[in-house]
Amino acid sequence: MAPPEDRWLDQDAGPVVRPYALIGGRTRPAGETLDVIAMIIAVRGVSPDPVGLEPEHRAVLRLSALPISVADLAADLDLPLGVVQILLGDLRERSLITVHNPIPPARLPDPKILKEVVDGLRRL
Amino acid sequence: MAYAGSDRAGVPVSIKILIAGGFGVGKTTLVGSVTEIRPLRTEEPLTEPGARVDALHGVERKTTTTVALDFGRITIRDNLVVYLFGTPGQERFWFMWDELSRGALGAVVLADTRRLADCFPSVDYFEKHHVPFVVAVNCFDGARRYDPKAVQSALDLESDVPVVLCDARQTSSGKDVLIALVEHAIATIKRNSEPSAEVMAP
Repeated sequence: MAPPEDRWLDQDAGPVVRPYALIGGRTRPAGETLDVIAMIIAVRGVSPDPVGLEPEHRAVLRLSALPISVADLAADLDLPLGVVQILLGDLRERSLITVHNPIPPARLPDPKILKEVVDGLRRL
Repeated sequence: MAYAGSDRAGVPVSIKILIAGGFGVGKTTLVGSVTEIRPLRTEEPLTEPGARVDALHGVERKTTTTVALDFGRITIRDNLVVYLFGTPGQERFWFMWDELSRGALGAVVLADTRRLADCFPSVDYFEKHHVPFVVAVNCFDGARRYDPKAVQSALDLESDVPVVLCDARQTSSGKDVLIALVEHAIATIKRNSEPSAEVMAP
């Protein structure tokens, strides 16, 4: 069993300090803030240059092998949304991910999509 | 902008619905009645974003505040997903609302008739930002049952804003609320896309 001071660091300081250390104390991503339901897909067949990539960047790339939303990434990685948005900004700058912004509801290509949502909710 | 172009092939269409209302009104219960809740948090700086922050030293002085959101996902079919976000009700978290409400299909404002004023800020916010919303009156045990018309008038809502009674604990009731919202959003989008009467007039 770890001595008490280590446990303190592990349970309290860790989750607070670690995310902001890994993003260098930044509080806003490079470029535009990504929508929480934007879909992220890792670019295939690229071996990322490891310099400057943290394990969390790699975790994001692993999870986004299939399309995944920003909010799902944050929940899966148990990281704050703001931190995930910054990690994604880094990956986008390196062209390691593609970002698909959500389509505004009024501009959905097919108005039937919202009817499908109603039918889908009825089936819950 | 190729919204529906081939570059989107296989990318899910994601739809965002907000669940708002005062503290303790049943937002978490409502999200949990229709889907599994997953913890989602955000840590926001307490200082102005533009200010230079010595973040590592600031941690002990708490320059960020943690905001927990209730986050749920409903998969309608392959490549069509609805995301629910239970938003913190307090006004000091409005910075979150601006981010969350952008592009949202609509919002549910949960209300408790014993503390109706608690939902005023949410109603004001969505009216001001033109986000379609419904008011769902959570019928707590022991709360007087109100006529939806009376609630609509007490909140001074536009006549087309639906007011529904619900029991946020029940799946059937929670999904009825969401259906009412999506149908209201469809009607709003349809109305906004029609040329207005003034334009049509000779």
